[in-house]
Amino acid sequence: MQQSQDIETHTISVLVDNEPGVLARVIGLFSGRGYNIDSLTVSETEHQKHQSRITVVTTGTPVVIEQIKNQLERLVPVHRVMDLTVMGQPLERELALIKVAGKGEKRVEALRLADAFRAQVIDATVEHFVFEITGRSKKVEQFVVLMEPLGLVEVARTGVASIMRGKNST
Amino acid sequence: MAREMTGAEIVIKALVDQGVDVIFGYPGGAVLPIYDVLFKQNKLRHVLVRHEQGAVHAAEGYARSTGKPGCVLVTSGPGATNAVTGLTDALMDSIPIVCLTGQVATHLIGNDAFQEADVVGITRPCTKHNYLVKDVNRLAKVMHEAFFVATNGRPGPVVVDIPKDVQFAAGKYAGPDNSGHKTYRPQKKGDQQAIRKAVDIISKAKRPVLYTGGGVINSGPVASKLLREFVKITGIPITSTLMGLGAYPASGKQWLGMLGMHGTYEANNAMHDCDVMINIGARFDDRITGRIDAFSPGSTKIHVDIDASSINKNIMVDLPIIGDCAFVLEEMIRIWKARSIPPDKKARAKWYNQIDEWRARDCLKFKSDKNVIMPQYAVQRLYELTKGKDTYISTEVGQHQMWAAQYYHFEEPNRWMTSGGLGTMGYGLPAAVGIQMAHPKSLVIDIAGEASVLMNMQELSTAIQYRLPIKVFILNNQYMGMVRQWQELLHGGRYSESYTEALPDFVKLAEAYGGVGIRAEKPDELDDAIKEMISVDKPVLFDCVVDRTANCFPMIPSGAAHNEMLLGDEGVKDGVSEEGKILV
Ligand SMILES: Cc1ncc(C[n+]2csc(CCOP(=O)(O)OP(=O)(O)O)c2C)c(N)n1
Ligand SMILES: [Mg+2]
Repeated sequence: MQQSQDIETHTISVLVDNEPGVLARVIGLFSGRGYNIDSLTVSETEHQKHQSRITVVTTGTPVVIEQIKNQLERLVPVHRVMDLTVMGQPLERELALIKVAGKGEKRVEALRLADAFRAQVIDATVEHFVFEITGRSKKVEQFVVLMEPLGLVEVARTGVASIMRGKNST
Repeated sequence: MAREMTGAEIVIKALVDQGVDVIFGYPGGAVLPIYDVLFKQNKLRHVLVRHEQGAVHAAEGYARSTGKPGCVLVTSGPGATNAVTGLTDALMDSIPIVCLTGQVATHLIGNDAFQEADVVGITRPCTKHNYLVKDVNRLAKVMHEAFFVATNGRPGPVVVDIPKDVQFAAGKYAGPDNSGHKTYRPQKKGDQQAIRKAVDIISKAKRPVLYTGGGVINSGPVASKLLREFVKITGIPITSTLMGLGAYPASGKQWLGMLGMHGTYEANNAMHDCDVMINIGARFDDRITGRIDAFSPGSTKIHVDIDASSINKNIMVDLPIIGDCAFVLEEMIRIWKARSIPPDKKARAKWYNQIDEWRARDCLKFKSDKNVIMPQYAVQRLYELTKGKDTYISTEVGQHQMWAAQYYHFEEPNRWMTSGGLGTMGYGLPAAVGIQMAHPKSLVIDIAGEASVLMNMQELSTAIQYRLPIKVFILNNQYMGMVRQWQELLHGGRYSESYTEALPDFVKLAEAYGGVGIRAEKPDELDDAIKEMISVDKPVLFDCVVDRTANCFPMIPSGAAHNEMLLGDEGVKDGVSEEGKILV
C-alpha cells in the first residue's frame, strides 16, 4: 500500500495525568523518534482530576502523524490523544508579548499597527512599548514581522492552545 | 486491609503478593533496608549476580522461559546504570521485567549525592514506564501497578526507583486489586469486522504465507496452540522471525524455517512471492524486510499486533488488526470453521510445488570437513544429541546465534531465548542462569561465541554458587565472526580488530570458577564430548574449536530484496550495493 508523502501540520491535544515527568515523556518521545514540535503548550486544566492538557502542533507525512498519535497513546499516563485537525477546524489561539523600542515616526507606526491588530499596550516608556497580542499563530507571526523594522527587541510566545468548536467536549 | 509497614517491607510483601518467587539482584547502600527485609523472610529467593546487567538478563531468561515477569533489585547510581543495557534489551524484545532501584534519600535528590543518578531520567527511553516513589503511602500501589504495566498489552520493563528514606518510612500496605489501570488499558480483542475481513481475504488467497513473531510467544502458550490449529485448518505455510521460533513446531510439514537476513531460501522467497501475507505478532523489523521498497511487492498484507504503534511503522499494510494474537487467532479459527470455506486446491498445490522447488535448493547445506569442526555441524550434533530432552537454549550474539536459529529446531514455545532487537552480546550466559533458576531439572544450554561470552563471563560464578548446571557451548572461531563476515563482504577483507588475541583457556577458566571445562577440536570427538557435557551435573564451559572463517548463509545483504539472497561464498563480491553499505 502506498501513502501520501505530503507534509501536513496537525494540532494534537493530549490529555495526561499531571504527574512528575509526564512532559519529559512526551518531549522525549518526539526527540527520540525524530518527530517535529512546532509548538507545545502544557498546563493543568482539570485540577480536581490532576489532569493536564498538552497541545502539540507537529508536522509530518500522514504516516508519521499516525505514528505520533499511536506512540503518544502508548505512554502510560496518557488518557486520550485527539487529533484536532482531523476532527474538524479547531479554534486555535496564541498569546505573545512583544517589546518594541524606537522613537519618532517608527514609534507612531508601531502603535498604529498594534491598533490594527488589536494588540494592547501593557507596558510603555517614551522609548518603548510592550504589546500583548492574541490570535492565531499566523496573525501573531505577521505582527512580529511587521514590528521587525520598527525596533523589535524581543518576543515571548505561549504556543498554541486549541479546542474544538461546538458544545461538546472532545 | 491496609496496615502499617516500612517501605522495605511493603516492597517485599508486594513482590510476594504478585507471585514472585525469585529476584535477581546486587546489594548496595541505597537498597540495604530492602536487603534487610529479604534476610528475615523465606518466601522470596534472591539470586546474587556478579554484575547488574547480568541480573536483568537473568530476569529476562526467567521471564521468557516461564511467561511470568522477571524481577530485579539493584542499588542506586552505578547499580542502576549497569542495568540499563538489560532494560533496553527487554524493551526491544518486549520482555516483562520489574526492576527495583534504590535511590538516595528524597532530600538529597538533585544534589549530586554519593551514588546518585537520575534513574527515571536515564531509563525513561529504555523502559515501558518508570516511577520515582517519594511517598511511602504510594509505594504499594506503584508496585502493583508496575506489574500490571510490565505484563499487560505489549510487555516490557518497568523501573521503580525508591529513595532510601522511603524504604525506612512507615506506610500503609494494600494488596493487589483487579481494577486495572486508570489510563493504561490496552486493547486485547481485535475488531470483529476486521477479523472477518481477514478471514475473507485469507480464504481467497492463492499463495498465502503466515509470518509470525515474538508476539505469539509473549501472548502465552494458548496463542501458540491456536496458531498451530489455524495453520492446520487453513493449510497455509508458515515462517517466523528469530523471536518467534517454537510457536510453530520446526518438524511441522508447513514450516518454512526462519525468515529474514539469515532466513531460509524458501521462507524469504515465499514472503517475496506470496499474494497474501498474514503477520501475527511481528513488527516488520529491518532484519526481516530487507529493502523496504522491494518487500513482498505484490501481496495483500494483514497485520495483527497488540501495539498500534507497530502498524504502518515500516511497511504499509492493507488490513491492521489491533489486539492480542490469542484473541484474534481464536476468532479467526471460529469464523473459518463456521464458514468452512475450502481453499482453492489447485492454486494451493501449485504454491506448495513452488515451495518444494525452493526447499530443494537445500539452502542450509554446508561443506563438512574431516579435520575441522564446522560450526553448523557442531550445532547440528548438539541438536541431535539433546532434542529428546527437556532443553532450553539461550544464545549470545553473532554468527553462532544465527547458526543456532538455523540448525537447532524448536518444537515448543518459550524454549528459545535470544537477544533479538538489541542484539546484546553477553545476553546468553546470564539468561541461562535465569532459565535454570526457573527450571532446575532441565537442560539449559547457552550457544555462545567466544567473544560474546566474555562480556558476562562473571555470571559463571553465580551459576556455581546456586548449583545451576548451565552448559555454555562456545563455538570458538577466535573471531568476532559476524564482524569478520561483514568485513569480508563489505570492507575488502580488512579485518580491523575482529580477531581476539589472547583468548583465555576456557577449560582452565571453567575450572577456576569451580565448574567443568571440556574441549573438542576434531569432528570425531564432538559427540562424546557433547554427551559428557550433558551428563555433568555442574556448570560447563564447552570450548568447541570450530572453523575460523566459516560464513553464515543464506544472507540477504543490507539494501537487497528477499529474492536477492546470497546462498554461499560464491557471488558475494557484487552482493552489496553502495546504498546497502550504510545500513547495519
Ligand atoms: C555489546 C555488543 N557489542 C558489540 C556488538 C557488535 N557485534 C555483533 S556480533 C559481534 C561478534 C560476536 O563475536 P562472537 O561472540 O565470537 O560470535 P561469532 O560471530 O564469532 O559467532 C559483535 C562485536 C554487539 N552486538 N553487542
Ligand atoms: Mg567468535
